[in-house]
Amino acid sequence: MSTTTTRGAARPAPAAAFPARPRRGPRGSSTLAFWVFTGPFLIGLLVFVYIPIGWSLWLSFFEARFTVTPDKFVGLDNYRQMLENSDFTGALVTFTVFAALIVPLTWAVSLGLALMVNRLRFMRAFFRSVFFLPTACSYVAASLIWKMSLFSGVRFGLMNTVLGWFGIENIAWLANPDPPWYWLVIVSARLWLQSGFYMILFLAALQNIPPELYEAAAIDGARPGWQTFRHITLPQLRATSTAVILLLLVAAYQAFDEFFNLLSKTTWGRPPLVELYYTALGQAQDYGAGSAGAVILTLLICLVTLLQGRFMGFGRRDEAK
Amino acid sequence: MTTVVKGRGAPVAPPNGRGRRRDRRGVLGNTGLYVATGIATLLFLVPFYLLVRNALSTDAEITGENWKFFPTHLQWGNIGELFDDSTVPFARSLWNSAVVGVLHTLGTLLVCSLAGYGLARIPYRHADKIFYAVLVTLMVPAAVTFVPSFVLVSSLGWVDSLRGLVVPGLFSGFTCFLFRQYFLGFPKELEEAARVDGLGYWGAYWRVVVPNSLNFFAAIATITFISGWNAFLWPLVIGQDPQAWTVQVALSSYMTNQTVNFHLIFMATAVSILPLVFVFLFLQRWLVQGIAQTGIKG
Repeated sequence: MSTTTTRGAARPAPAAAFPARPRRGPRGSSTLAFWVFTGPFLIGLLVFVYIPIGWSLWLSFFEARFTVTPDKFVGLDNYRQMLENSDFTGALVTFTVFAALIVPLTWAVSLGLALMVNRLRFMRAFFRSVFFLPTACSYVAASLIWKMSLFSGVRFGLMNTVLGWFGIENIAWLANPDPPWYWLVIVSARLWLQSGFYMILFLAALQNIPPELYEAAAIDGARPGWQTFRHITLPQLRATSTAVILLLLVAAYQAFDEFFNLLSKTTWGRPPLVELYYTALGQAQDYGAGSAGAVILTLLICLVTLLQGRFMGFGRRDEAK
Repeated sequence: MTTVVKGRGAPVAPPNGRGRRRDRRGVLGNTGLYVATGIATLLFLVPFYLLVRNALSTDAEITGENWKFFPTHLQWGNIGELFDDSTVPFARSLWNSAVVGVLHTLGTLLVCSLAGYGLARIPYRHADKIFYAVLVTLMVPAAVTFVPSFVLVSSLGWVDSLRGLVVPGLFSGFTCFLFRQYFLGFPKELEEAARVDGLGYWGAYWRVVVPNSLNFFAAIATITFISGWNAFLWPLVIGQDPQAWTVQVALSSYMTNQTVNFHLIFMATAVSILPLVFVFLFLQRWLVQGIAQTGIKG
């Protein structure tokens, strides 16, 4: 991804590797050494990444139900079927809603936590650990706690208990899509799980901001607080923010665990991967359509990554210097 | 990048003009900061509280009329009951997760670090083309290609097997990329000294480079182990037979079971999380260092 570093590192190498006389000796053996080091990985990459992608591309043009070696070529039918399938397009809408909620929220919460922890003078390590700790938990475990206790739709769920103290009726958080309370459950679970990780990224970035900038701003009369934050801290965090948003977006795109576990028996709130799971591995075992769906998703994510890299610069200009 | 860790030691001259802020806002601002931090802390700890409370309660206490803050008698017997329960092979799934976690971590470290080193340090004419071929795979998240991967692995006959769980996940383009970036910054002088002493690439790697990079290896190992232990989609796809379930798949099956034993479900969750929480707290230093080092540059 960072093209600049690649070239810088690789360019001088060939000149050194192939001097005028390619004889035996430490230099001639470097090609062999290269393959010894990278060979296992590259073979694995070929077999378990490139071949599945290629196979999937091939399958997506065939009618492949219950088989992975089909012989009936159907052209673009699988693609048409997926794009006309309201469940699949609905899943893309679900993803869009999810991303629109979770990406800005996680960005704000993790940045807020980082700013807070960064200002602490006592027990900083303790508080950082508390916010970071959920990173160790799995999405399945969090889903379980959320579904069975925190947002349990019955009387003894914690949220309903708390609401009950204020005389509010029980809410069926997950069992009823109208109003869509399930978004609160799903978004809060992921927020809890991932904020700490991004807080660490922001903390590292905050500590890399030269203190002189703040001193200069103070001399120029900038008030501490919002003004300094708006004109010093935020611009200095630009590269990190961009990276964080991209990571969040890619992670949201791959959301599966919490949707699958929290909304297992419902038909609403299915993001793309859950939809794909039911298409390819559910009752129908339609590998052709599933593969077409995977290809569509892959193309979409490449597009999003490239677009974001272009619009936000990916913070690469700083690295290039 | 180690500043996060060092920051703990309370430096003499605080960065970010903390001194100035103290003058202007004084004690009040500081109190507000700690109150806000305290509230956030409580919110973040609620799920852990629920987990421990429910795991050590009886079902009657969990579903009781009034909210019980904590069980009167801690039900440690829930642990024994969990492992005697025959509806879900929980002990087996824990074992599977442990084996998969360790093999996944060791395998990834070995394969990806070697490749990262080769790409960073060993001169070869087509090295940059090969590196691009690795980078391209970063654009395609592994989760999105689970259908084709399953197709491949099932045609190899690896469904319901340890191989099927571990091997396809070893070849992480991202981890290889991280290692390459790290080795680019590794001091060349150390390797050259080793070469002068007559070691080849292989010897220099194992005798000089690896022993001097243990911190980085520890960071990547921790991250890899946690993500391996917590992985769900791939184990779900591969583990069709309950004997091949990992602990995450077992937990998930509790949620769809016919009978709901709250205390067992929460004890199972606690058992699946707590070892990891301890590992996490213990290795946090390396983790934070690793994330700060890699996440930002990546």
